[in-house]
Amino acid sequence: MSDTMKYFRENRLPHIWCPGCGHGTVTGALVRAIAKLKLDKNKVVVVSGIGCSSRAPGYLDFDTLHTTHGRALAFATGIKLSRPDLKVIVMTGDGDATAIGGNHFIHAARRNIDITTIVMNNNIYGMTSGQYSPMTPKGMLGTTAPYGNVERSFDLGKLAIAAGATYVGRATSYHVTVLQDLIEKALLNKGFSVVEALTQCPTYMGRKNKLGGPVEMLEWFKARAVNIKAAAVMTPDKLEGKFLIGELYNQPEPEYTAEYSAMADQVRRRFDAFQGGVRGCEQNSD
Amino acid sequence: MTQAKLMQGNEACTLGALAAGLDFYAGYPITPSTEIAELCAEELPKVGGKFIQMEDEIGSIAAIIGASLTGRKAMTATSGPGFSLMQENIGYAGIAEVPVVIIDVQRVGPSTGQPTSPAQGDVMQARWGTHGDHPVVVLAPGNVKECFELTVKAFNIAEEYRLPVVVLTDEVIGHMREKVVLPELSELKVSNRVQPQAPGGYKPYEADLDGGVPPMARFGQGYRYHVTGLFHDETGFPSNKGDVTDRFLRRLQRKVEKAEPAIRDYFTESTDDCDTLVVAFGSSAMSSLSAVRQARAAGIKAGLFRPKTIWPFPEEALRELAMRVKRIIVPEMNLGQLALEIERVSGCKAPVTRVSKVNGELFKPEEILAAIRGDAK
Ligand SMILES: Cc1ncc(C[n+]2csc(CCOP(=O)(O)OP(=O)(O)O)c2C)c(N)n1
Repeated sequence: MSDTMKYFRENRLPHIWCPGCGHGTVTGALVRAIAKLKLDKNKVVVVSGIGCSSRAPGYLDFDTLHTTHGRALAFATGIKLSRPDLKVIVMTGDGDATAIGGNHFIHAARRNIDITTIVMNNNIYGMTSGQYSPMTPKGMLGTTAPYGNVERSFDLGKLAIAAGATYVGRATSYHVTVLQDLIEKALLNKGFSVVEALTQCPTYMGRKNKLGGPVEMLEWFKARAVNIKAAAVMTPDKLEGKFLIGELYNQPEPEYTAEYSAMADQVRRRFDAFQGGVRGCEQNSD
Repeated sequence: MTQAKLMQGNEACTLGALAAGLDFYAGYPITPSTEIAELCAEELPKVGGKFIQMEDEIGSIAAIIGASLTGRKAMTATSGPGFSLMQENIGYAGIAEVPVVIIDVQRVGPSTGQPTSPAQGDVMQARWGTHGDHPVVVLAPGNVKECFELTVKAFNIAEEYRLPVVVLTDEVIGHMREKVVLPELSELKVSNRVQPQAPGGYKPYEADLDGGVPPMARFGQGYRYHVTGLFHDETGFPSNKGDVTDRFLRRLQRKVEKAEPAIRDYFTESTDDCDTLVVAFGSSAMSSLSAVRQARAAGIKAGLFRPKTIWPFPEEALRELAMRVKRIIVPEMNLGQLALEIERVSGCKAPVTRVSKVNGELFKPEEILAAIRGDAK
């Protein structure tokens, strides 16, 4: 236990999340994965955007950066490219990552920059009290979908894979050990990794859609989640109404900041007589 | 002695940035600023720096703020549409006190406007573009050499005061070529942010409330601190106590007020005995200077005041002149933006005439001369 607690800023607790919210469970899984890997506290940076989920880094004892809505990955890109030796983790919500931050999400994936992204997907905009998000399933209710959401939702795993992420997993706040295990593997992948963590929002999603309290919502996850390995031998009708959890994709590829450094090394070798910024630039003017 | 070289304003800005220690650039291409990105892409890998072309300008400014937090000297360059996209995170850099430099090579707006033509329509946006009261410094070079000098200065101000600093140029200054003798690197003043001594007891936002600047730790050095765009107390953690917000916002404002005497910068010509004062910045000031000289040749007592720091505006110097002159003429390539500030500063001591040009063309000196003559009757 103390091994895990040392990664928390205990004086920042208690947290702001509602009773029964799943975000704390996901944060716990991340911290246990970090503890298991014995990561150096001084070499981890956790970045977030805006939302309930994005408050998580404030409770963690690393260098932590709480940015603007949707932009965590862009800030994190600057940090990682500057300091490839640091372990950079992004904690984000479904709205933060896939609506306002969707562009940064696909481009971080395309670059395969070594950032571990934990998307806390409660299928709703929690912080602004329950509007539908790009991850709200069709037909469900939100304060801005009073007659049922008419939009289709993203499949985040497929989106991440198509955009170029090299490690993708999904679990829920019910499947905590699976979640922790996926986060651990994601942290080990040298490249852009996404772990989608389905979490319950009893206050808005649950109440609005009459899904019951946190326990019922967790049971909903339990009843519908099928591990991808088990799904491989299941018939399509058995999979009807279910969703997959587990390791969805794991295909390492060259990582962006390493590729940039390799390019820069080559350039520097070519310009080995080069003495500094200004002198070299002069060659470019006409 | 460095040799004279023919170079473009955009190139001079880039060289200035490199001379000041630029080692991180993130940007998104946009005319008429793109040469800055291209040159950075070429030069930065040679000096251990990093360049990234982000997916948009929102990401660009976000990335440079992230880079700056690790201790890098970071910059982006853009023009109107991109500058608009950056605004939210410029406010973030202000409240989180992260040094960054933004070069805005102005073109005709609003919207996509006239991409390849000069304008000066971003004066107020550079000051008030992001929401809320916020600290920012804006510098305006008036020629190619100043592109170099003021970009160095922008980095120094950013580092010394932990501020976002905007270098406001325009299509003419950015693309114009002039012969420039650059200063020797060893002669340049280059400032670096003050860093804390050791992690123990570090409070990232603890500073004298009268405009103090807290030491800035780098990420990844063992300080393990928190940075947020929410109002925060000296520990860096969010606070929604009214008095904390009030003190913090006033400290940020004071920071710029206290910096003003040290950073203020302007150029004057023939102002000692002038009756008609032309106040202009950037490329409008080039035409204004010719006009003032022609007026003098014709026996008209005209003078030029050209601010190089436009936010904060060099108030004292202009106010002193405004007491002495009969009239002030403000030629701008917009419908009257800096004129508002000049009217405020001069306090109606002398009547202010706005001369506006918004057709995407530079002022001809004769147009300004006509205004001088008209007023000088
Ligand atoms: C630019 C901008 N637009 C809108 C908001 C308002 N806002 C704050 S949090 C949020 C939604 C967060 O939802 P999500 O990312 O799903 O996270 P959750 O709160 O559910 O954990 C919105 C719309 C904002 N802060 N900034």
